[in-house]
Amino acid sequence: MGEQTPFESPGAATLYERLWTRHVVAGDPNGRALLYIDRHLLHEVSTPQSFELLRANDLSVRRPATNLAVPDHAVPTRNRALPLPPGLARDQVDLLRRNCGEFGIELLDLDDVRQGIVHVISPEQGFTLPGITLVCGDSHTATHGAFGALAFGIGASECGTVMAAQCLWQTRAKTMQVRFDGKLDDNVTTKDLILALIGQIGAAGATGYAIEFTGDAIASASMEARMSLCNMAIEAGSRTGLIAPDDTTFEYLAERPRAPKGKDWDAALAYWKTLKSDAGAHFDKTVVIDASEIAPHVSWGTSPDQVAPIDTALPSPAAGSRDAKAQDYMGLEPGKPLLGTQIDFAFIGSCTNGRIEDLRKAAGIVKGHKVAPHVQAIVVPGSGQVKALAEAEGLDRVFTEAGFEWHSAGCSLCVAMNGDTVPTGKRSASTSNRNFEGRQGPGARTHLASPATVAASAIAGHLADPRKTS
Amino acid sequence: MKPFDTLAAKAISLPDDDVDTDIIYPARFLLITSRDGLGEYAFADRVAGGDTRIGAGTGAPILIAGRNFGCGSSREHAVWAIADLGVRAIFATSFGEIFRGNCANNGIVAGVVTEDVAETLHAAAQAGDRIEVDLVGRTVACSAGTFAFSIGEAERESLLNGWNETTRILALHEQQIARFEKRQRVAEPWLWANETEQEITENV
Repeated sequence: MGEQTPFESPGAATLYERLWTRHVVAGDPNGRALLYIDRHLLHEVSTPQSFELLRANDLSVRRPATNLAVPDHAVPTRNRALPLPPGLARDQVDLLRRNCGEFGIELLDLDDVRQGIVHVISPEQGFTLPGITLVCGDSHTATHGAFGALAFGIGASECGTVMAAQCLWQTRAKTMQVRFDGKLDDNVTTKDLILALIGQIGAAGATGYAIEFTGDAIASASMEARMSLCNMAIEAGSRTGLIAPDDTTFEYLAERPRAPKGKDWDAALAYWKTLKSDAGAHFDKTVVIDASEIAPHVSWGTSPDQVAPIDTALPSPAAGSRDAKAQDYMGLEPGKPLLGTQIDFAFIGSCTNGRIEDLRKAAGIVKGHKVAPHVQAIVVPGSGQVKALAEAEGLDRVFTEAGFEWHSAGCSLCVAMNGDTVPTGKRSASTSNRNFEGRQGPGARTHLASPATVAASAIAGHLADPRKTS
Repeated sequence: MKPFDTLAAKAISLPDDDVDTDIIYPARFLLITSRDGLGEYAFADRVAGGDTRIGAGTGAPILIAGRNFGCGSSREHAVWAIADLGVRAIFATSFGEIFRGNCANNGIVAGVVTEDVAETLHAAAQAGDRIEVDLVGRTVACSAGTFAFSIGEAERESLLNGWNETTRILALHEQQIARFEKRQRVAEPWLWANETEQEITENV
């Protein structure tokens, strides 16, 4: 944008603009800014080629302490006490170890209770903080925007650039406010809100925009619920989903291992409290949704915007259309109700819904029931710490007694590259974030939903409304 | 990176909307840690519409795509795989943002065209027409005419010059980065806890 003036704070600014301006190192005549990057998260899949870029150009990591690495995508979530079996996944995790060792980057390894999905462990450790810029070679990096951090996913080349220069050239996005008024119904979650939003604005509806989520339903949401929401900004096309930090944020962060301490905490808190959009700030677009009207949502197609309230019928699209192709892939009949669609798999986990609150919610619905005999149901906690906490609360027993498998932490069936897959033609109800063709395995059919909906569906054996089972 | 100048060649037509990076490069191949030779995995599972594997054996260096091409995962493998098929330019009515950035970092032109132009280019590609890309003039031409496409000015400059973004930032902005860091150490000391001046490596 040509009118951009780096180093000058505008009068009434949005949170996004405030975070942006604060991190501008230099501008260029094309309207881009060289943004300073405060924190970088690494995982085993998107960084091998980034380290190669450093080697090829004879570069070092500028500030090793601003980087934190963890294996999550490729790692098995079963039999974790055993060494990884020989193969590409083990080679990839070994390579991450060697790269981190050579370049002086801290790694939370597989035998560390702090290991887990990169977007779950970083907030847990207090590595994610309000007011920072944070990047990762992973599109779900928007998750950290729930803390009022300017966080976005980047490619592997850019990961190399960040490690060497601590900066990236970026074009400032337009701003979109998404306001969720009112209060959510019982067993309706922020996952349903984000699915409803994507359904309304489309999978590219926020491309070129940075979203800020506001409204009563956000103010009353926990950090876990806020992270689920910001996590899927990318499914609406936006790299950035922001929420202004408040007392809920500060309470979550206090005493986290890497959060500021003592005088630093007081100084940080004073700054963090200024991180919000001004009352008169201009958003390029505003979307208002009444959260109290939102029913549990479930996707029915192969793009996250092909989604509907669970108590409605499938659309009847024109032959040959995008929607018709998606229904064909999904093996669904136009016009039939979503409720009652038989499932084969149920997956609770991922960087969207693998946190303690998600497991508590699902366990509350599962307790005292059994998984339908034809359903394979698995729970994969988002981190070792989520797993340990859930076990301390007895949630693992609630799940296993009902017939769920209880796994170790990782991305697992969200990206299906660790050996956990849904077979061709099988149907999965999943708390993950993508229902793309083949996402959970070649030919697999994915219905995205909240932990409450997936838990209710696992018990029923078909897509079920969580409002009616608890 | 090799500078981009002009290109005149046949094109592949892939009109589907929302072709995500999982379709372009399925996740199970992400275990490969190299960036070379990934073309053989491009579009490996494409099933909707009963298409045969896209791009396989065509050798066409131009891809005409649908809306929101390259949405989803940030995996740069999607771009490396397409590049390995020989593709140097992609035209669509819109792109996934991370994918678009990854294209620029790999010498691939990701040009945005209007719906009408996209339709014309698809027809040209399907007819086996030669399509000409002029990055200097920001135009794409086929037998039906010459049309404008849009691309970020910075991306265009970088592609035309074949710049390496990383070493270029370091060569031109090291002092500004250092100045920023000095300011931030004072303003936000909690972001620098336990880090001494000596722990910063200046890549100069």
